[in-house]
Amino acid sequence: MRFIDGFRDPELALKLVKGIERETDRELCLMEVCGTHTMAIARSGIRTILPENIRLLSGPGCPVCVTPQSTIDAFIGLDGFVLATFGDMLRVPGSSHSLEEARARGADVLVVYSPLDALEYARENPKKRVVFFGIGFETTAPAVALALLDAKKLRVENFYVMAAHKTIPAAMVALASDKEVSIDGFICPGHVSAIIGCAPYEAVGVPCVISGFEPIDILNSILMLVKTCGQGAASVVNMYPRVVHDEGNVEAMECIYSVFEESDSEWRGLGTIPGSGLRLRPEFAEFDASRFVIEEPGTSEEDVCECGSILRGVKSPAECGAFGNACTPERPLGPCMVSSEGACAAEYRYGRGVG
Amino acid sequence: MRNSRILMAHGSGGRKSQELLRDIFLRHLGNEYLDVLGDSAILDAGPGRLAFTTDAFVVKPLFFPGGDIGRLAVCGSVNDLAAAGAEPVALSAAFILEEGLETEVLERIVLSMREAADSVGVSVVAGDTKVVPRGAADGMYITTSGAGVIREGVEPPMPSRAEKGDAVILSGTVADHGMAVMTRREGIKIESEIVSDCAPLWEMVASVMKAAPGVHAMRDPTRGGLAAALNEIAESSGVCIEVDEDRIMVGEGVRTACELLGIDPLHVANEGKMVVILPEREADAAVAAMRGLPVGRDASIIGTVKAEPAGRVHIKTTLGSLRILDVPTGDILPRIC
Repeated sequence: MRFIDGFRDPELALKLVKGIERETDRELCLMEVCGTHTMAIARSGIRTILPENIRLLSGPGCPVCVTPQSTIDAFIGLDGFVLATFGDMLRVPGSSHSLEEARARGADVLVVYSPLDALEYARENPKKRVVFFGIGFETTAPAVALALLDAKKLRVENFYVMAAHKTIPAAMVALASDKEVSIDGFICPGHVSAIIGCAPYEAVGVPCVISGFEPIDILNSILMLVKTCGQGAASVVNMYPRVVHDEGNVEAMECIYSVFEESDSEWRGLGTIPGSGLRLRPEFAEFDASRFVIEEPGTSEEDVCECGSILRGVKSPAECGAFGNACTPERPLGPCMVSSEGACAAEYRYGRGVG
Repeated sequence: MRNSRILMAHGSGGRKSQELLRDIFLRHLGNEYLDVLGDSAILDAGPGRLAFTTDAFVVKPLFFPGGDIGRLAVCGSVNDLAAAGAEPVALSAAFILEEGLETEVLERIVLSMREAADSVGVSVVAGDTKVVPRGAADGMYITTSGAGVIREGVEPPMPSRAEKGDAVILSGTVADHGMAVMTRREGIKIESEIVSDCAPLWEMVASVMKAAPGVHAMRDPTRGGLAAALNEIAESSGVCIEVDEDRIMVGEGVRTACELLGIDPLHVANEGKMVVILPEREADAAVAAMRGLPVGRDASIIGTVKAEPAGRVHIKTTLGSLRILDVPTGDILPRIC
């Protein structure tokens, strides 16, 4: 038996569920803000074994889902560049088409597992200009920062980054104060927390629990949240100590902030959230792809797409009129359905009408 | 062969083509049919119904742990015939070669095809070669077609024949092939190397049909993985297939790679596995027959067929809840964070 198997033990899971039931019968609204949590919860079917008074909401935890259409359009519109991207972004629709469709029409799209691979490609192909799509939260930003530090050290002249990173805690603060949804507590993303540690969550104002991704991790974290919600204080508890240090990964944070600085950022469906993004510091301006962007007139997002409400937890996927008919994984209207970790994709894949 | 690399001339039909045919294809794949070098092979397949299948193979890289594009091509067609309950009788192989491909690479692949074909007693009776300019064909593409015979008295398994109450058997672990190819292609190193399960399955299928003549449906879960194969059968038969997550075996290295990359092993291709759906009373005999052969050593019953909801596949999770097992959408893409 492997170490990890203990985190999937059905008997332990039932004990934890009973513990949650005993703790409170208050209606509680708990939100997770991590695409991997969305999928883990959907795949393991946790919602069906939780007591009915506990409502699990899926928030804007998928970096692909919260990238505005205009950012995608801007990246696809970079003519004459090799467009290097994480695979996740391939199918996300811009206002007219996705990177996948652009590739089929002849755009030079390069799928990479790491921004360092994109830099390597640029160095091996000095006649091409390579731009990397800098998407992701604090988990991904350090690798992008590393690539830029290397690029500067090696004086690479044909490598650029379209910086579109976002940071989670600022978004959580905005969500916690949203009157339309009343969030009682957050399940915090395990991998982001491994980088940022516990401190940034103190500003959120409601109880936060940092959780791992196995079913037992998630149930354990829900139990802790339910306990701390009852105490009225906005505590931060690390329930993923096997991966997350309370102080986070100091070196990674230093790396991020030596290359990036805090900025305001537009989140699809949530609008602009102050201090929730990362932009390149002036010293790295030579790598900034934003100066090549051709400004298109503002495009309005699809009227029928309700991703915005879904990302804020105001509506569930099933409550979107387009879910399952006009909008499916094969023909997604919005990123919540496109990304494999979007709330709608998870619901469509795992949650539809099982008796 | 005088050239260490394939040239455009090798595909032009002249002397160089003949040299290639003689020195590589006839030398390694030759048999009484191919050696005739007619425009068509004349076969006598014996009594029974003719089963026919075709596949194209474009795998990259050409060589991966556990196999290569040649082995894959032979096994792919043999297994498609086997899934219809047909004994493989003859294969054809058409090659599209990239100009500049090393001759030695082609030779290794053709030898591999011979070995795979010999193991089930089938021959390549017809072939073709074209050469395309450097930059196309990723080294090489292979298209194979296969002819097989369903002997008299055998009712061929078909995806539309699954019935309520049937048992669902899987012949072994899932996701080995797809993860072997992906990890090799992307240079991802896992501690226990992942090996493709690419293997011909006719012998196992023949053994199953002898022990359990009432088989309703069979499918080899290739592209789209086990999820796609089960969904296709559920849809075709108008039934609901329910499987148990805990009974579907996944190798250790494969599970690690899948978790690392955020990939669902049930969506990943297999090239040496068979799903067998048959009346419940014959299930134990079928499993015993499969376990009698190395390719079926991990065979087990993984689920059951229900009447409804028609066209759906459900999976019981480790925690005991029931969820939908859907067909994967598009390319398998590793997650970002």
